[in-house]
This record gives sequence, structure tokens and C-alpha cells, in this order.
Amino acid sequence: MRDTQDPPLIKLEAAELHFPVGGILAQLQGRSTVVKAVDGVTFELHRGESVGLLGESGCGKTSTGRMLVRLDKATGGRVEFDGEDISALSGDALKRFRSRVQLIFQNPFEALNPRFTIRDVLAEPLENARIPKAEHEDRILRAMALVKLGDATQFMDRYPHQLSGGQLQRIVMARALILEPEFVVADEPVSMLDVSVRAGVLNVFRDVRAKTGITAIYISHDLALVRYVCERTIVMYLGRIVEDGPTEDIVANPLHPYTQALVAAVPVPHPDQSHEPLPIGRGAPDPRNPPSGCTFRDRCPRAFDRCAVEAPGPTRIQNRIVHCHLHAPET
Amino acid sequence: MMGSIRLPLHDPLAVIGLGIYLFFIFMAVFAPYIATHDPNEILFTSEFALAADLTPGTEGYILGTTTLGRDIFSQIVWGARSALLIGLTAAFMVALIGSIVGIVAGYFGGWVDTVLMRLADVAFGIPFLPFVIVLAAFLEPSIWNVVIAMALVLWRDTGRVIRSQTLTLRNRVYVEAARVSGSSDLKIILRHIAPNVLPLSFLYGSIAIGWAILTEASISFLGFGDPDSISWGYMLQDAFASQALSKGSYYWFVPPGFLIILIVSAGFFISRGYEQILFPKLDR
Amino acid sequence: MTEPLLSLKDLSIAYKVGAHDTIAVEGATFDVQPGSIVGLVGESGCGKTTLARSLTRVLAANARIAGGEAVFCGQDIVALSERAMNGLRWREIAFIPQSAMNSLDPVYTVGSQLAEVLTRRGGMARAAARKRSEELFEWVGIETNRLGDYPHQFSGGMRQRVAIALALALDPKLIIADEPVTALDVIVQRQILDQLRELKERLGISVILVTHDISVVAYVCDRVVVMYAGRVVETGPMAATLTAPAHPYTMGLRNAFPDLAGAAGELTPIEGSPPDLANPPAGCRFAPRCPFAEARCRTDAPELLPYEGDHLAACHRIAEAEALRARAVASETWEIPA
Ligand SMILES: Nc1ncnc2c1ncn2[C@@H]1O[C@H](COP(=O)(O)OP(=O)(O)OP(=O)(O)O)[C@@H](O)[C@H]1O
Ligand SMILES: Nc1ncnc2c1ncn2[C@@H]1O[C@H](COP(=O)(O)OP(=O)(O)OP(=O)(O)O)[C@@H](O)[C@H]1O
Ligand code: SF4
Ligand code: SF4
Ligand SMILES: [Mg+2]
Ligand SMILES: [Mg+2]
Repeated sequence: MRDTQDPPLIKLEAAELHFPVGGILAQLQGRSTVVKAVDGVTFELHRGESVGLLGESGCGKTSTGRMLVRLDKATGGRVEFDGEDISALSGDALKRFRSRVQLIFQNPFEALNPRFTIRDVLAEPLENARIPKAEHEDRILRAMALVKLGDATQFMDRYPHQLSGGQLQRIVMARALILEPEFVVADEPVSMLDVSVRAGVLNVFRDVRAKTGITAIYISHDLALVRYVCERTIVMYLGRIVEDGPTEDIVANPLHPYTQALVAAVPVPHPDQSHEPLPIGRGAPDPRNPPSGCTFRDRCPRAFDRCAVEAPGPTRIQNRIVHCHLHAPET
Repeated sequence: MMGSIRLPLHDPLAVIGLGIYLFFIFMAVFAPYIATHDPNEILFTSEFALAADLTPGTEGYILGTTTLGRDIFSQIVWGARSALLIGLTAAFMVALIGSIVGIVAGYFGGWVDTVLMRLADVAFGIPFLPFVIVLAAFLEPSIWNVVIAMALVLWRDTGRVIRSQTLTLRNRVYVEAARVSGSSDLKIILRHIAPNVLPLSFLYGSIAIGWAILTEASISFLGFGDPDSISWGYMLQDAFASQALSKGSYYWFVPPGFLIILIVSAGFFISRGYEQILFPKLDR
Repeated sequence: MTEPLLSLKDLSIAYKVGAHDTIAVEGATFDVQPGSIVGLVGESGCGKTTLARSLTRVLAANARIAGGEAVFCGQDIVALSERAMNGLRWREIAFIPQSAMNSLDPVYTVGSQLAEVLTRRGGMARAAARKRSEELFEWVGIETNRLGDYPHQFSGGMRQRVAIALALALDPKLIIADEPVTALDVIVQRQILDQLRELKERLGISVILVTHDISVVAYVCDRVVVMYAGRVVETGPMAATLTAPAHPYTMGLRNAFPDLAGAAGELTPIEGSPPDLANPPAGCRFAPRCPFAEARCRTDAPELLPYEGDHLAACHRIAEAEALRARAVASETWEIPA
């Protein structure tokens, strides 16, 4: 949201990712036959920005991330990287895109081929980018130093099962960073890790950003983690953006009722804390059957008539964007 | 990556199976030296009478002779050659075709998958033995036609199984990671998928060995076999046609029958070993 | 203080691996008061699940209780006959296994799974069981008309609530919940924790809550038991233990957690990893990672001793705890383990 002069590195315009679900039976019964995992998402990311993608399980965070690295193709709207529509990429252009954009996977225990040594794992992207073999060793050592795997030579010829979760996640990060990409999506990179090693991996993420100036999206449901690595946060609910703004502002003063609940729900590691009930209705959102109007209205403590009939559009409040009728100018 | 191509040496039964194969391979390779006579030569006794229906041991015929005066031991030895030739080539073809079809269908999905799997359905609809007989009769009765007929039909099982294995592999996180790293489809197939399905190919290949040998034996027994090559099945047919059974010439039909059972079981022992590599839980 | 509901003394549990014993829990000693929530925290593999399971005596086939006692309402669980133990399970002590939400039977409705427990184990009549099921669902905040649904029709958080309802079915005095919120996102996590607090207050149930997240402990627990590599290293009232930890491991844990309420500070990991339990180091097991380790730490195992009142810690430098705490706040302290 800064440097608005520069063209954005990432630009999403009403991007959609819909998955067909159910079979003929569901169609006959007239039930909705798509899950709108991402449903009209619009935002821009500038070079060097680090943005947190926050929301409950199933709200479409991973889907958005997969769409951004083109593991899934957007089914509607536009996804641009450096001015190019990435849905249209193929052949060499796609290959070039792949070396500029990377994804860090959520579960490090599954993200590495068990038959590959760490050296094989890290050499794969280098081979794909046609980096001469002579440079491999050096690049691999540099990438491992970047993720603070101290004595790298000790790990090179090991297999994934011989490493701890924290070490594995660093290898996954090293693989993502070895081609020096311009943009990286990290999908809950610490959620599968033990707490005592989480801090280490988060610190690596921060240092890498400081050193390389890489543009990043960090996916999580925990604002405390997002706050540690991102200056801006985008909050999603049922495939849509509900709030977008500087992380510190969102922590201090969340505007959207859903963000308010999310902030209140984060547990803090010391005894003096509020035990107020959460300002959110029970039950989980049903992505196959979202309510009309504002999709949050069935759980929103402040919903009113207008919420049922009209989906709230974006309202700009200083450096924030909120999608809620409470904040919309009267029409 | 070589791990998937290892032999199942951890399983005692599989080791016995491999030992049996080694024995037959030895027999096949050195057949000209081991056999005491030309298996097709009509032999005569020292009194210049036809050496017909001699019992084992007489005049140096280790297992005796057939009604037409041929040396049974030498036929057995040469029979190992055709058995192995048929078994191994059929196994190789079945594993190769099945793996390629399965991987391509599973990995690419979509219409490629649909077309290949419809073809597999067609292959499933073909009654196996009649098809082989018809094909062998149509072309000419040669062991190669048996092999081709087998490959044309039996790839279906391998193909199906490898396809479903590929389907689960295709969505593994590390395969997606390879894609994000810019690996091409061919590279992903060769480096991430194939090594994981190879043991399955071997399993189905080793099962096919037994099938092929049995099939050739049945076809030869039914009289559609290759008249120019000696196989154990042919020997059984010859024995049967010559009323060896009623004459009580056990030395004629028991050895080929026993060897067929032995080599087929050895194939299954080995496949069991591969099964344990694939599904370690079967151990218990 | 009232009579504790459960009192562990020197409880040890061993796994037989090959010819050797791995002592997964060694000399665990702590009490659970009636109507309290006790948090059992520690890194993955430190023995939390093993300890929790031993209290229902549902252990792996190669596990055995190697020593000590666990006195529940005057009877030693360790010494109880299998028959008597069976009488305690579910009725007195209920267990919610790790990833319980995935352990519901997919082919039966949740209602019939509840009814099964109520009629078979609790000896209730069908109609009474039905009424009780409805009551249980209300308690855990699920609409009663969903009793006829199958597990796959619920979200993860709701399945976790169903698991809690199952545990509550026969009115137990103690619930042992193994990581009940670990896989859930913050909102659902908070709702489940609120549920547990409410149940404690309404029904006077005690809970042993296994977790590796000290924020969860801070939110619901009355007391904490911190484990490291199979041993209890610190135990005490939650507030005292979290604000003034006496063991360096607990001090380290505190630095590793982000705090939304405070300023966006640094996070400091505890470098290294826990020792292999099959081959633990002599002396204090935390010594290889402890920035305050001294020579004696590597030879003599520290005992669990009082720090202040019923706040205990197992550290040779317990007397210097305040000074160590001051040093532990600085992230440089943790950079290279001494
Ligand atoms: N391949 C797919 N086919 C059908 N539905 C899908 C598919 N992938 C995701 N979905 C659905 O889309 C919605 C968004 O899923 P997504 O994985 O993006 O959520 P998320 O925010 O990453 O959740 P979590 O925190 O649980 O990872 C969910 O309802 C999910 O069930
Ligand atoms: N059946 C078993 N046989 C041998 N060792 C076991 C067995 N089960 C657990 N262990 C070992 O005992 C130790 C304690 O395991 P336990 O499951 O109790 O840990 P935990 O604290 O619950 O960990 P987590 O947080 O990962 O669930 C570990 O080192 C584990 O490897
Ligand atoms: S638009 Fe209405 S229902 Fe939606 S968040 Fe705002 S107040 Fe709540
Ligand atoms: S006993 Fe020594 S090594 Fe162990 S925690 Fe205390 S100071 Fe550290
Ligand atoms: Mg996700
Ligand atoms: Mg556990």
C-alpha cells in the first residue's frame, strides 16, 4: 500500500478460484455445485512488501496462495505478476515465472521426496534453471547458510527422515530461496513445528527478508505470528477479503467485526488476559452454502437488515480497506 | 533411487525363489553342455532298434526316452530355455507396457486417462486363453506369438494398479514442490513417480512370469504350441498323446510337470518378496 | 489444602524397544486438585501422551509402568486390577485422545456413538440415554438436532466438541485431554477452551490438559506441570510459574512465544533439540541446551525441590532463579548454549 508510484509486483483483480463439488445428484437437487474457495479477491503487493493472509481454516488462504504461484489456475478475474497475466503463461514464459516465484509448504514432513538426499532436493531447482553444475555446491551452501543451517556439509548427504522438523522446514525454505526468487508465498510454515523451534524458523524468515528484500505472503490463522513477520495484513472470510491494512493498526484497532473476533481469540502467553466470550457466533462457516449479502452475517454480533440483502463493498478508512456496512458511507 | 530396484533378499521364500531361478538360468544357458543328446534326435539302442520307451538309466538315458525315441533328460534341459525365454520376455513386456500406460494415464489424467483406461477395459473383456490360442493359430504357432498375445492382454492389471498408485503420488506435496521448482512433467515422472512405482511393476512382472509359462504349457498341451521348440508343456502334450499315463511312464510326464510347478511357484515367491517391499505391514 | 483428586508419586513408564528399555517418563510427581485444570506442557516427545495414557492404563503393548504410584480417590491406579480399572475408565476418568476428532467412527452417527457409551458402559435405558445425549450436546454447544449426523458432516472443531461430549458422558471426575486444540484455528481453539473452563466451573470436573502451547496454559489452567525429556522439571500455580519461572527451560519457552498483547518484540528459540530418551545424558537433561549449565549439571541430576510454596523446580541453580530470569530475557543469552 506504499510506493503507490511503482507498478505493483502482484496484482489481483476480482480473482476467483471455484472448485466444482458433488455430482449429478447435487445438481438435480439444485444444490450449489461449486465451492468458492476464492471469490473476488482484489489486492496489490509492491516490491519488498510482506503481507500476512489471515483467517479461519477453510477461508481460502491456501487456495489464494496456490493461485498466486500458479499451482491452480484462477477460474475468474485476473492474477498479474510483474504486469503479466499469469494464467496465460506457458512454455518458456512459465519456466521463467517458476524461477521468480516460490511456495513454502505447510508440512515439511511431506514436502521433501523421501528418496532424495538434501543435496538432490536443493539441486533440483538449480538443474531446472540450467545453472552450470560447477556452481551447484556453492549455491547450495549459500542457501543453507541463508536459512541458518550452520554446518551445512553435515546435512547435505542425509535423507529427510534423518532431520528434525525445524531442520526440514529450513531445507524447504532453502529450496524456495535458492534461485533467488522475487516473490515467495509461505503457507503456515511453522504450524507443524514444535513451539520451541518455531521461533527459529520465524527468525530465519525475517532475516531472509531483511537480507534479500524479497516480497512475501505469509499465510496463518494466528495474528501473533503474522505480526511477527508482516507489516501488512489481509484478513479473509469465506473466500473474500474483509479487512486489509497495516498489521499494527489491525492489532490495535480491528475495524471489521470478524477481525475483532480474530484478534480477541489469539491466546497470549501470560496470566493476565481477558476471558470475555468471543464476539462471534458459534459454528463454522459453510463454504458450499454461504449466507446472502454479507457472508459473515450469520455469526456477526452486529448484523443488521442491510447485511442480509447487500454484500458490503470496500470502504477506505485512512490506510485501511474494510468490507462492512458498519463502516460504509450511507447510501 | 536405486533402492526400488533392489532384490527382495530379506524374505527367505523370495531368496529360495531367486535360487530356483538361478538354477534354471544356469540350466538354460548351459543347455548344450548339460544335455546328453540332441532333444529332437530320434535315438537308437545299441542293437539298432528304436530307443523307444526306455526306462530311466538304461543305456545312459538319465530319464529314459519317449515313445519316439527322444531323450527325456535333454528335452527337460532345453525346455528350461523356452520356459525362461517366454517367462522373462512376457514379464518384461507386461511390466513395461503396464507401467508406461499406468504412469501416463495417472499423471496426465483427463482424456489421456479416459482413453487408456477404456482400452484397459477392452483388454479386461478379452478371455485370455482363447485369445492367445486364436492369435497363435492366426499368426503361426511360435513361442513369440504367445509372448505377444500375453503382453497384449496382461498389461491391463499392471496398468490399472500403476495408474492408481500414480494418482496418489501425483498429488503428493513433494511432487507439487517439484512443479513449483520448475521441473518438467518428464522430469517429475522419471525422478519422483517412476522410482515409487517400479517395485509394483516388478511385482506384476514376476507374477506374469508364472502366467506366461503356464499359458505356454497349456497351449502346447492343447497342441497349438510351437512344434520346433521343446518346452515342458510340449513334453506333457507328447506324453499325453503317447498314452504315457496308461503305460505308467511316470519318468516322462512327472519331471516336466514338476518343473512347471517349481518355476511358477518360484515366480510367486519372488513376487511375495516385492509385495513386502511395497507393503511392509504384510509381514505380521 | 483439600485432599487431591489425583496424586502422582515417582511414576515411571518404560517402553521396551528391542532388548532395551526407554524410560519415557521418569519419576513424575504432581497433584491434581478437585475442580482444577492442570496443564501438562513440553516439547514433542517429552512424554506427555505417555504419562496421560498411563493414568487410564491404556498403554502401547510394549509399555509398562516401571514404578511409582498414581493415587486417584484413595486407590492406586498402578496397583488396581484390570477389572477395577475398567470400572474407573470413562466413569471416573475419561480420556480424550490426541486427534480425537479423527477417532470418531465414520460409519455411525455421533448420537449412536454417544448412546452406545451411555447404555453399554453407563447402563442407562434408551430413553434416558437420549435425554442425556441432548443435555451433553447442549453443554458442549452443539444443536441437539445434529445428534443424527455423521462425523464427516461436522467441522474439525465440532468433532472435537463431540469428543468432549463423549468424555463427559458418564459424569467423570477427571478428564484427560491430549492436545485437544492443537490442530484447530484460534477461534475454535478459544471456544473449546472456554468450554472446558465452563465445565470445570459448572460441574466441578478436573482436567489434565496436555499441550505444547503455553498460551493455552495461560488461558485456562490453574496449575502447570512442565516436562522435559521424560522428567517433570517445574510445577506450580499457573500465574507464578509463567510470570516467575524457576527452571531455565520454562524461561526459554516463554521467550519463544509471540505475545500479541505486548510490543512486537524478538522471539528467541531454544537452540538444539531434546536428547534421545533411549540414551539420555547424565545429570540434568537440559544441560546441553541450558545457557546456565555448570559442571555439576552434567554429572548430577537435580531433584524437584520447592522454590516458593507449592511452586517446585528441578534445577541446581534454583536459588539464583531470579538472577537467571533477568539474564534469560536477553536473546543473546540463548545464542550459543554454554
Ligand atoms: N481441490 C479442491 N476441491 C474442492 N474444494 C476445495 C479444493 N481445495 C480447497 N477446497 C475448498 O476450498 C475452501 C478453501 O480451502 P483452503 O485450503 O484454501 O483454505 P485455508 O484457508 O487454507 O484453510 P486451512 O487453514 O484449513 O489450511 C475449503 O472449503 C476447501 O474445502
Ligand atoms: N510404543 C512406543 N515404543 C517406543 N517408544 C515410544 C512408544 N511411544 C512413544 N515412544 C517414545 O516415548 C517418548 C514419549 O512419547 P510421547 O508420545 O509420550 O510424547 P509427547 O510428549 O506426547 O509428544 P507429542 O507432543 O509429539 O505428542 C518419545 O520419545 C517417543 O518416541
Ligand atoms: S456487513 Fe453486517 S454482517 Fe457483515 S460484518 Fe458488517 S455488520 Fe456484520
Ligand atoms: S540444572 Fe543446570 S543445566 Fe539443568 S536447568 Fe538448571 S542450570 Fe540448567
Ligand atoms: Mg491452508
Ligand atoms: Mg503426544
